[in-house]
Amino acid sequence: MTDMAKPFQQFCDLQNRRQFLLKSSTGLGAAALTLGQSAGAAETPVGAHHPAKAKRVIFLFMAGAPSQLDLFDNKPGLEKLHGQPLPAEISNGQRVTAMTRGKKQNICASVFKFAPQGKSGLEMCELLPHLSTMADDICLIKSTNTDAINHDPAKTYFCTGAEMPGRASMGSWLSYGLGSMNRDLPDFIVLTSAFWSGKVNVQALYSRLWGSGFLPSRHQGIAFQSTGDPVLFLSNPPGVSRKARLKMLEFVARANRLQQKQTGDPEIETSITQQELAFRMQTSVPELTDLSGETKAVTEMYGPEVGKTGSFARNCLLARRMAERDVRFIQLFHRGWDHHTGLPTHLRGQARDVDQPIAALLMDLKQRGLLKDTLVVFAGEFGRTAFAQTIKNRNDYGRDHHPRCFTTWMAGGGIRGGMSYGETDDFCYNVAKDPVHIRDFQATMLHQLGIDHARLSFPHQGLDKRLTGVEPARVVKEILS
Amino acid sequence: MERKKQSDTRRRRVSAAIRLSARRWLSGAALATLFFGATSFSGATACGAEPLEYNRDIRPILADHCFACHGHDKGARKADLRLDQREAAVQAEAISESQPAQSELIARIFSSDPDVVMPPPETKKPLTAQEKELLKRWVVEGAKYQRHWAFVPPVRARPEVKHESWRQGLIDPYVMSRLEREGRKPGAPADRRTLIRRVTFDLTGLPPSLAEIDAFLKDDSPDAYARLVDRLLQNPAYGEHMARYWADLVRLADTNGMHKDFYRNFSTYRSWLIRAFNDNLRFDNFIRYQVAGDLYEKPTEDQLIASGFNRLHLIIDRGTALPEESHHKNVLDRVEAFGTAFLGMTVQCAQCHEHKYDPISQKEFYGLYAFFNNLDGAPETEGAPEGGIQQPAVSLSGDAGKLAMVMKERATPEPTFLLIRGAYDDPGEEVQRGTPAFLPALKKKDGGYSRMNLAEWLTDPQHPLTARVTVNRIWQQFFGVGIVKTSEDFGVRSDWPSHRELLDELALSFVESNWDVKNLVRAIVLSKTYRQSSDAAPADFKRDWENRLLARGPRYRMDAEMIRDQILFLSGRLNTKLYGESVKPPQPAGLWKAVSMAAPFTYVPDKGDAIYRRSFYTYWRRAMPPPQMTILNAPSREFCTTRRERTNTPLQALLMMNEQEYFSAARSCAALTLKEVNRDREKGLVLLYEKVTSHRPQGEQLELLRETLTAFREIYSEDKSLTELVTPELAEAEFDERVDLAAWTMLTHSLLNLEVAKVKR
Repeated sequence: MTDMAKPFQQFCDLQNRRQFLLKSSTGLGAAALTLGQSAGAAETPVGAHHPAKAKRVIFLFMAGAPSQLDLFDNKPGLEKLHGQPLPAEISNGQRVTAMTRGKKQNICASVFKFAPQGKSGLEMCELLPHLSTMADDICLIKSTNTDAINHDPAKTYFCTGAEMPGRASMGSWLSYGLGSMNRDLPDFIVLTSAFWSGKVNVQALYSRLWGSGFLPSRHQGIAFQSTGDPVLFLSNPPGVSRKARLKMLEFVARANRLQQKQTGDPEIETSITQQELAFRMQTSVPELTDLSGETKAVTEMYGPEVGKTGSFARNCLLARRMAERDVRFIQLFHRGWDHHTGLPTHLRGQARDVDQPIAALLMDLKQRGLLKDTLVVFAGEFGRTAFAQTIKNRNDYGRDHHPRCFTTWMAGGGIRGGMSYGETDDFCYNVAKDPVHIRDFQATMLHQLGIDHARLSFPHQGLDKRLTGVEPARVVKEILS
Repeated sequence: MERKKQSDTRRRRVSAAIRLSARRWLSGAALATLFFGATSFSGATACGAEPLEYNRDIRPILADHCFACHGHDKGARKADLRLDQREAAVQAEAISESQPAQSELIARIFSSDPDVVMPPPETKKPLTAQEKELLKRWVVEGAKYQRHWAFVPPVRARPEVKHESWRQGLIDPYVMSRLEREGRKPGAPADRRTLIRRVTFDLTGLPPSLAEIDAFLKDDSPDAYARLVDRLLQNPAYGEHMARYWADLVRLADTNGMHKDFYRNFSTYRSWLIRAFNDNLRFDNFIRYQVAGDLYEKPTEDQLIASGFNRLHLIIDRGTALPEESHHKNVLDRVEAFGTAFLGMTVQCAQCHEHKYDPISQKEFYGLYAFFNNLDGAPETEGAPEGGIQQPAVSLSGDAGKLAMVMKERATPEPTFLLIRGAYDDPGEEVQRGTPAFLPALKKKDGGYSRMNLAEWLTDPQHPLTARVTVNRIWQQFFGVGIVKTSEDFGVRSDWPSHRELLDELALSFVESNWDVKNLVRAIVLSKTYRQSSDAAPADFKRDWENRLLARGPRYRMDAEMIRDQILFLSGRLNTKLYGESVKPPQPAGLWKAVSMAAPFTYVPDKGDAIYRRSFYTYWRRAMPPPQMTILNAPSREFCTTRRERTNTPLQALLMMNEQEYFSAARSCAALTLKEVNRDREKGLVLLYEKVTSHRPQGEQLELLRETLTAFREIYSEDKSLTELVTPELAEAEFDERVDLAAWTMLTHSLLNLEVAKVKR
């Protein structure tokens, strides 16, 4: 060992010692010091409540809300009703958006064709030819529903359990509840697409969607950047070599220890540990994002855009690499799904953006034996209306926001594939059978990770706050394998 | 099997302990105990010889385990039993006065029959053995109830203190009395260098200059420190520093926070805050102006600007949500801010149903709502209006043409309805403006109440919450943790105060001083308590991690703004201009673009010395706040934040290591220092260290500095291109001079990463 490396060996020893203490005193094998730790506020993960089926989640968030009628929930019966007003007993005076209020609500059938796929015969849309090959691994949930009708509150609701800002996001709950599985990377990483095909009505994202809300901020999602450093401030400034960095860290560690002798402050030790972790991330993150070691066969599987920085395809491949490295919660955001107008054109483009990469991700995980304990989730913040908000002709229409029913899907991580759960009415307007509120969706996700959603709580403002809130939520046991 | 069972039991115990300690007292210390096996101090004393106190020992248990079904919420009440009132509990025979030990309550909590035991197993909130014993002891001792302490006006109770030298002043007797009760001793006084550094940061958010340190060290008059404090209180940086805490509390930001997240301009409100603190505006007026400044008979410009407080909520763009939904959300946001900032209560919990824990009914919530339901302006914004001003606004006389967003009432008040389950489109009965019954009543008057009446009610000296909540938050600024740790919540589930009598004393004195903030701040920083050294034995840190007992001085990592401002200060570039519009210092490219809807939402950094203004002026986009701030725990300003957390993460280490402006500031500081000592190594090392830490390096430290500088010199003298990268300004200079600057830059950079540079101590 070189002299330079000595302080770092000391850090590692210290950390091992702590992990040993944690393990021996609580019996929670998974418990470990996570990235970002305060020695004093030594909080340990709550730990699993029951054996987990999934170790990690890849959440594919389709921001803007894809149309379930045109992508998943086939309603051939609407063809002959096309252009007729939606019956009042179906719309039933529900809330609408400011864009639709007071306007005609004429039924609009989808122009896209559906066909049974795979052994299961699960019905899939022609826009998703690649994903259709994975139909036997997918469980469509056609009765998903939410309360919010506008993008911002609805996204905030799905990602954090409340429409108003201030709550903790899904990934931060998992980080808090289950702790870290790796020592060199964050528990919760966010990847946002830098471009997409549907260029109309592009909706914003907000860092609150991966924020930690009232949970300690070290549980927040780390958004990887598609340009510059993947993690903010990862690279040394110009003129600082790795050697200079190491010297600097050695000095800081030694000077801090001198300080500690004088002041007795144990927090100094944590600070040293974090600096050492930061130093390790300077290696582990570039290694993670470097795709040069991937075989041609693999990269090609993800489609032609995998070579473009910030593409959804590349992010899918990165997600697989993160899953391999045991990042707990990986969330991809792909925007461009808000098709109030020109839906068929824009939806084609959006489907092309995600179809092959997602199919490749599922296949890649499967081939590596990772799909069985990785829960892959696909969801938007709500659905779209069965009636046309705008219509020019049979091939050019748009749909408004619709929270009462939409389709999401899950795959891997102990979910039964090749099935469809829940039903909507003939108009795809209301849930007809087996509703799955987004709270139920979240409860199911947590369940697969070994967590009882009712018991994963954090005291805040005098309440035990939960991801699923105060309303009842149920685990959708029917879709578990 | 047996093993599994054991580990299950253990797990249950662990999570119960987490819940318990995290909620009420000291998550840190208690958990440290759990895992490191040390004994720990907790904010409350629940066992031992001390008599039980309902508020401290019993109510938290009942609130946690029982009140959800047996509290004041009629709708949720089971078996028609309430345990939050003694009379009701006795009448329902849960508590027996004649044979307390045989009370049904006791029988139920100790029962092993799953159908009988309380709380029911399905609530998954079992009582611990210790909690059961406490409840039993309480019932047997007569089941004495108390009103929640924070809902009763403060009373003065000067304590007995043995240490004569700690009997003076507002604060020290209370702190010492607790220490004596605990058998602990106070820390030694902090040395002068430490003290001037601490107090300068605390009063201005900036470090002391070397000249200021020198002057203070040379001043041996007995009131040297008091005069230093007075000087700092006159520094305009004081107002900026104090206003920054207020900005977190009221979620002051530069954008709407929703949908496209457009710019809006609240710079006049920020300037007013700074002036208000610097001018030491009476705090009751500070509150009145903000709640109802627009309702003075002839409001001044300041009063109008201050009323902009009611406009700081998030707001959505037109054409997305329904206006009535947006209107409702805006009002909710206003009420929540009012509750958090002034009452220290989570009133918003009662928007859908009766408050589960605090005595606020849903109807009372809408009584408060009615005060804020009457803005004469649109509930949604229209794109990006000129200058970021949304109506109603007033034009200001001083700054030509400048506008300020203000509060304004409609001529006829909007009727308010209780909203069933909080749904904006499901109105129930009509509700009149009013305040919760558990608090003092509004002064009787003819006709309806106005927001001004609400402001007067809030600032009535008899109000039990306003002054307490305020002094607690100010205390928290100086000690890191409030006397009530949950500074956002003084309700029945709040943290038990570490020094309740002290809190009352501070609240009473504050009101008696005519709500004089500087006076309160002065009292805090002049106290012996504040002036203690923060050094202690590791065991003492472990025993009382958050320093609730105050047996030592404060020590905690400084806020992001203080850390950045210090770096700018040391670089010699700090722009101390006061007031004005927000500025955009450089940040990594692409951050806004990654979340925005479309252009023009690209972050374009400002040029010139605007980028060196204090961090309080940094442009705050709610959807993507500046990472230099948020990485170090600054809130997003999307909701009211009474206290920042302080974590320690590798991202923080990366920020401090690699932020290019910070590194460039290190170079600037190094260059200045080298110039001042004419490149004399020994003088330079001492000077640089003193600049960064306010202390002179001693023996081993100095040796380490020499050794490190030599090592950096070696690294750079061996690598020409590296040296050139660090010293572009010295393109004409000799290589040796460039190596010198590169090495000194790295040394300065290293010092800025030290714990002593980031921690207030």
